[in-house]
Amino acid sequence: MAIGFIIAIVLLMVITIAAANIYIERRLLSLWQDRRGPNRAGPWGLLQVPADMIKIFLKEDWIPPFADRTVFVIAPTIVMIVTLLSFAVIPFAPNFIVADSNIALLFFLANSSLGVYSVVLAGWASNNKYSLIGAMRGTAQMVSYEVFMGLSLMGVVMLAGGSFNMRQIVESQREMWNVIPQLPAFIVFLIAAVAESHRAPFDLPEAEGELVAGFHTEYSGIKFGMFFVGEYISITLISAAIVTFFFGGWLGPEFLPPFFWFMFKTFIFIAFIILLRASLPRPRYDQFMAVGWKILLPLTLVNILVTAAILLYRG
Amino acid sequence: MWSIIRSIAITFTHAFRKRETKDYPEKAPFLPARYRGRIILTRDPDGKERCVACNLCAVACPTDCISLQATEDETGRRYPAFFRINFSRCIYCGYCEEACPTNAIQLTPDFEMAEYHRPNLVYEKEHLLISGPGKYHDYNFYAQAGIEIGGKKKGEGPNEEPPTDVRDLMF
Repeated sequence: MAIGFIIAIVLLMVITIAAANIYIERRLLSLWQDRRGPNRAGPWGLLQVPADMIKIFLKEDWIPPFADRTVFVIAPTIVMIVTLLSFAVIPFAPNFIVADSNIALLFFLANSSLGVYSVVLAGWASNNKYSLIGAMRGTAQMVSYEVFMGLSLMGVVMLAGGSFNMRQIVESQREMWNVIPQLPAFIVFLIAAVAESHRAPFDLPEAEGELVAGFHTEYSGIKFGMFFVGEYISITLISAAIVTFFFGGWLGPEFLPPFFWFMFKTFIFIAFIILLRASLPRPRYDQFMAVGWKILLPLTLVNILVTAAILLYRG
Repeated sequence: MWSIIRSIAITFTHAFRKRETKDYPEKAPFLPARYRGRIILTRDPDGKERCVACNLCAVACPTDCISLQATEDETGRRYPAFFRINFSRCIYCGYCEEACPTNAIQLTPDFEMAEYHRPNLVYEKEHLLISGPGKYHDYNFYAQAGIEIGGKKKGEGPNEEPPTDVRDLMF
């Protein structure tokens, strides 16, 4: 398949899924909160997403006079761009991948840490104390959780014969999904990934109870929509990444195409992340940092050591 | 750690529980018979207005949303010339129903009164008056009030005795 065709398909698909996530999240949250969820607009409330989009496009796009205009406008685009770029290396099916790169895993990690610039610049450019506190939290969260998000994947890389190539990582799970030998790494990666996409319960940068809306307090209209959609794209991204790294990517029984298995597993993880939001309260900021550095980091390092030792012992 | 997993599991089981949401416009909600909703004016079993325009409801009303004017017909029976309830002020407290000595004013389990224009929420007597006796089917104030009214002499009501001439008692 032509590369342009694949890019177009992936881009369209990811943005559609991100939009659908808005609907899916609202329906699932209502399901777990004993409510009915959106059911007014269209059959089963399906037209709720177009309605929301029309609303957010038509809203006044206000830039506060005290804001740093250029940075204020650039900030929301960053999260969209870097999360969409990360999809370039996600293998949806054996031959359905935009860039079959040798350093795909590093590219993914690099892009996910670049996403913090969106938070930092938005908080800085807003010239608002709540935004700034949110941005600071976002930075600290990203800096600390990025460390073991990357380290937790090293076990996966070792099992794939030291390859950063996503396709080889998936192929190495043909015998056994990585989630079994790398269970601690999976748990750490899941927590770190949710923290990286600053989703509830780790939405400390926006923490609406404490910081109004954190880094996007001053944003409105489509700029806020960019943050919003960026968050949903990053949910999709981390679900796809978890599936690729720990749940065998496109691998699955033969009777359905690999692409189906990949999407199926991804949607399960999207639903799981929404379930996390539905069930867990937001931790206090210092607790969150303490758990990261005092529990998750040692756990990851031990996991790397043990994995390496076992691999060496087996030869 | 364990409590986190447990709370996630409990939240998941909520997917299979009964919905708290009332499907209101599709399914009418259950309202008890004594639910305090739209206010009505009722009639006697014989079809005459119960209201005697005593103004007790207007006095009891905490928001002053009831206004009426008393008048009399040719038989001496009091009735309101106009009776007006401003439902944009009414708080449905039911004090008017409690105050009413003739069971004329009653609250009903109907709350669907939304309007686009506020003046439409002011109900006149023709909007309030219903054709039946409401919650009290047999009650007829004037039939047992003991007063002479509309052709009925004193003591002709169901539970009344003819008036006694007190001078007869002296012998």
